[in-house]
Amino acid sequence: MEVETFYEVMRRQGITRRSFMKFCSLTAASLGLAPGFVPKIAYAMETKPRTPVIWLHGLECTCCSESFIRSAHPLTKDVVLSMISLDYDDTLMAAAGYQAEEIIADVRKKYKGNFILAVEGNPPLNEDGMYCIQAGRPFVEVLKETAADAKAIISWGSCASWGCVQAGKPNPTRATPVHKVITDKPIIKVPGCPPIAEVMTAVITYMLTFDRIPELDRQGRPKMFYGQRIHDKCYRRANFDAGQFVEHWDDDAARKGYCLYKMGCKGPTTYNACSTVRWNDGVSFPIQSGHGCIGCSEDGFWDKGGFYNRVTGINQFGIEANADKVGGTVAAVVGAAVVAHAAASALSRARSTHDDQNREDK
Amino acid sequence: MSVKTMDETAAGTTVYVYEAPVRVWHWISALCIVVLAVTGYFIANPLPSVSGEASEHFLMGYIRFMHFSAAYIFAIGFVARIYWAMVGNKNARQLFMLPPIFSKDWWAGMLQEVRWYLFLEKEPRKYVGHNPLALLFMFVAITLGGLFMIATGFALYGEGAQGWSHALFSSWVIPLFGQSQDVHTWHHMVAWGIVWFIMLHVYAAIREDIMSPQTMVSAIISGYRSFRK
Repeated sequence: MEVETFYEVMRRQGITRRSFMKFCSLTAASLGLAPGFVPKIAYAMETKPRTPVIWLHGLECTCCSESFIRSAHPLTKDVVLSMISLDYDDTLMAAAGYQAEEIIADVRKKYKGNFILAVEGNPPLNEDGMYCIQAGRPFVEVLKETAADAKAIISWGSCASWGCVQAGKPNPTRATPVHKVITDKPIIKVPGCPPIAEVMTAVITYMLTFDRIPELDRQGRPKMFYGQRIHDKCYRRANFDAGQFVEHWDDDAARKGYCLYKMGCKGPTTYNACSTVRWNDGVSFPIQSGHGCIGCSEDGFWDKGGFYNRVTGINQFGIEANADKVGGTVAAVVGAAVVAHAAASALSRARSTHDDQNREDK
Repeated sequence: MSVKTMDETAAGTTVYVYEAPVRVWHWISALCIVVLAVTGYFIANPLPSVSGEASEHFLMGYIRFMHFSAAYIFAIGFVARIYWAMVGNKNARQLFMLPPIFSKDWWAGMLQEVRWYLFLEKEPRKYVGHNPLALLFMFVAITLGGLFMIATGFALYGEGAQGWSHALFSSWVIPLFGQSQDVHTWHHMVAWGIVWFIMLHVYAAIREDIMSPQTMVSAIISGYRSFRK
């Protein structure tokens, strides 16, 4: 089989040289690279054989795919879908049934050790993986098999990265994030429920153009998009520092667009690019639309109690407890104990002094 | 910590227990903990909103600034205190030593203390430094609790401040707990634990000062502990 370069594929798809160069500069800009990288990206795309991507779906809701196909820069949408050679994605592809499943086997053979496996959703491990069946087989088997021949794995979204809602307590299907099932391959986590479209396309473009995985933090997330908290770049940060908070959803502060900290906004504890890249072609993001961040790209966000509490729940102490309630209650008990003990001490001392007095009197 | 020879704790004797750096550290830390507890509470549960333009106010900023300043003083004091444990007298070392949990004598002393607090003993034993029960409480609340608060606190601080606190603390503490919100919750919980400890600590110190045959409150002010009866 003749191997096409990215550029050849793009030209074949009717993309002009001019649009191609525009795409390269946009990519360089969105990856935070200097202008000098534009020709390098262009050169890489003109010379490198395109890398196939297999996109598997496990236990998920397809919100990652929904986000991905809405990648805002028009070229990214047009080009990435054709350029990355998305050879298999059962949700987006035309083929179905045996034809579709053949493609995976084909790519695994032809591009052994040289294709990227993108995983959306996660494998449930209970009952030998019977809670997620694809083409008659448990998803966990397909995942393990395909991962064995992949170069690297991208964990799309919070399902693949952390487990997400299907892994919520008590996790009846034992939904398990990808990195706990596949341990011998480099894994790039792109968490979020869903992740931002432009983050998804940028991660994949970076890997294809530079032929390496982006710099990751300790939890395996690309630093360029998950290096800072929502709070650090939030446009309502000034209201936070000033001490201006929304107290109720319909109060004047809410209309004025004050900080949503007291409404349980998880911006201060969430690493994502929402406050800079934003959503839907940079139109908005949750905080801008008046709702706090729920921390959807953080591990365990689904099991931390209410989305609308600043001090979140501690499950060990019952559903309604949080650190302040537990702490305050125990402090009150300790205080009461101290008072009672002091009273008892005073009494016992008075009695013994009284006894001494009596003895002396006698 | 073991029962001292009678001459050292005999009635009427006075012993120099807490050297000046220990006393200074105690009161600075006490002040820091009060500031940290109060500002910490208001960081988690902010005061009612101020009105006007955001540019006119910096209330939350000042509360956080106080919290971070007090935290720096507490942490630096903690490090200085560890240094003093090495060069100071043997009473300065007690705080950082794991209680001798394999010593029968220590457990016997502990039982004695518990019985004393349950009004089952007429007289507590005399100690130059901390009694076994106090030693355990101090070690858990101040040594372990303090280290935990410093590590988690700087991890949370480093998230926004970046720099050395991020490299030294945030980079491993946050992944260890899973995510930042968990670190917040635990930082909060242990802070409450320290509040409980302080309530008991202050009560016990005043009670012992009155009821036991040794001075407590004046010892941490002047450094000298007197024994009576």
